[in-house]
Amino acid sequence: MWKFSLRRIMIMIPQLIVLSIFIFVLAKMMPGDALSGQIDPNIDPERIEEIRVQMGWYDPWHEQYASWIGGVVTGDFGDSFRFKMPVTEIISQRIVNSFWLSLVTLILTYLIAIPLGITSGRYNDTLRDQLIQGYSYLGFATPLFIFALVMLWVFGFKLGWFPTSGSVTPGLEPGTFDYFMSKFYHLLLPALSMALIATYNTILYLRNEIVDTKQKDFVLTAKAKGASETRIYNQHILRNSLLPIAAFFGYEITLLIGGSIFIENIFGYPGMGQLLVESVTLRDYSVVTATTLLFGAASVLGALLSDIILSIVDPRIRIK
Amino acid sequence: MAEKLLEIKNLKTSFRIRDEYHAAVDDVTLTVNKNEVLAIVGESGCGKSALAFSIMGLHTRAKIEGNILFKGEDIANVAPSKLNKLRGKNMGMIFQDPLTALNPLMKIGDQIGEAILLHNNTLSKSQRREKVVNLLQKVGIPRPEHVFEQYPHELSGGMRQRVVIATAIANEPELLIADEPTTALDVTIQSQILDLIKDLKDDMDSGIVLITHDLGVVAEMADRVAVMYAGQIVEVGDVLTLFEEPLHPYTRSLFNSIPNAHGTQDKLHVIQGIVPALQNLPRSGCRFAPRIPWIDEAAHEEQPILHEVKPGHFVRCTCYKHFKFPEETKEEQHHGVS
Repeated sequence: MWKFSLRRIMIMIPQLIVLSIFIFVLAKMMPGDALSGQIDPNIDPERIEEIRVQMGWYDPWHEQYASWIGGVVTGDFGDSFRFKMPVTEIISQRIVNSFWLSLVTLILTYLIAIPLGITSGRYNDTLRDQLIQGYSYLGFATPLFIFALVMLWVFGFKLGWFPTSGSVTPGLEPGTFDYFMSKFYHLLLPALSMALIATYNTILYLRNEIVDTKQKDFVLTAKAKGASETRIYNQHILRNSLLPIAAFFGYEITLLIGGSIFIENIFGYPGMGQLLVESVTLRDYSVVTATTLLFGAASVLGALLSDIILSIVDPRIRIK
Repeated sequence: MAEKLLEIKNLKTSFRIRDEYHAAVDDVTLTVNKNEVLAIVGESGCGKSALAFSIMGLHTRAKIEGNILFKGEDIANVAPSKLNKLRGKNMGMIFQDPLTALNPLMKIGDQIGEAILLHNNTLSKSQRREKVVNLLQKVGIPRPEHVFEQYPHELSGGMRQRVVIATAIANEPELLIADEPTTALDVTIQSQILDLIKDLKDDMDSGIVLITHDLGVVAEMADRVAVMYAGQIVEVGDVLTLFEEPLHPYTRSLFNSIPNAHGTQDKLHVIQGIVPALQNLPRSGCRFAPRIPWIDEAAHEEQPILHEVKPGHFVRCTCYKHFKFPEETKEEQHHGVS
């Protein structure tokens, strides 16, 4: 088990290195730089060129990459042009927000999807199943950014049940219960908007897996032992059917990151997704590369997590 | 007179295919006595397994008519909760394919233990463990303590079948249904498993329904034999009678298609055609008639019934009186000329 996890973690290292090269090169390939838009146009262009040379803009990419990655491994992502402060500091504020938003979204997704998937699979081809499937196809077909706007308009503006932007009510003392509740209140609507339509793959996977598993021979064995239907579902079918959900967990995290970029912008939620989009438009390279790298690392980590979860649930893939 | 354990009366199990019910098991009447092995023989698709599943109540969407009396109590169409008290305790089932019959995510010990737990929850965990280890030992699994902690994928097919058997006999059932228990295993393992089932039978004094298409297995194991064709019993008798003087054309064709040890035949008999699919079963007349087309139609009964030719020996339809293999007919003609 530990050996398996360790080996799996070792595989991550080359993945992350390749990822970092891609991110760096792609970021460099974006047209323009921070100096082209941000700086006072009255300054002599020759002076700007001078600064560019000074900052290493014309150095070969691998040298630039080397100096960047050297900083990254020591936790230094450089400074932001825009905020005039270390990237690490900016990100550390945002990453907590994004982490909670993603966690709540993930929990809500599974809270909605797993019971629906189980019902749908257990009572397949009944009206209940068709309604649930209808809902999941609807979720599949709805674009997140439209749905999020509708949610914001209805529950944020029309009904006024939820705050429409920000991650916390200003003026609250961090660490207090009110502060915590306010944070939760602010992320509930974005999380719910994302969860409601991100459930489709979990529901459909679970449903099909249950329909499949309940025809397996070991279910008959359990029945022949005298196990009741509820016991058969809980003890035998469910665990076998959750395997692909566990395998899908890593991908789910990737989807979540993709989704959070839309969601955070629509709901004005100060997280990593919003930071990324703003930084891309302002060519704030050090922030762009740092956030993208962190997103990438999160996906890789998600895949690792699903492999480890899978190896706990399924004895067949434990490598000795 | 032997004690009757299971009495099946006019059992009809039908499945719905495109809004119509078709009987996979049709008008089957059988008895199984205590400490007796009843073999059910037939080609694939004859309804053998459908019959076994009907007895255990394992069909989910089937219409079951007739009676299945287990120790005098009708268990056809009873509520699952009632059946669950019998299944696994009074009747056990050994499945065909040991590779799929075990839950891949559960330890061997827990899977067998579940059968005990479901019918006796007074035992402590360690008592149950001890019982499971004993069972593993009983079915001939080496290092039972170790296997207890293993998962199905770590065992070979033969070992897994032993686990399936251990599960079936966990509560010493009075009736054991073995649905082709050796089909998925290779020959050397087959005989070990059969010996095991035989020993267990003598041990527990239970009745066994052995479903197979292997006549060698029948000869070795059975006390009585029921031959099934297209959902019906076509011949029943004790094993000696049936092997010495099989009467029904189907039984005779089956015997005729096994190679004999003397090698006197140069070509094996092949039964023409295949078992008809459920939807295409003939509604009336002898169901085997289409596969012996050289027999005059008048030889068959219109609504074939089981005839008792000797005490305990039943044959369906009258065609058996007129049945001859094509080779035999030729030979007779040949003799006639000379």
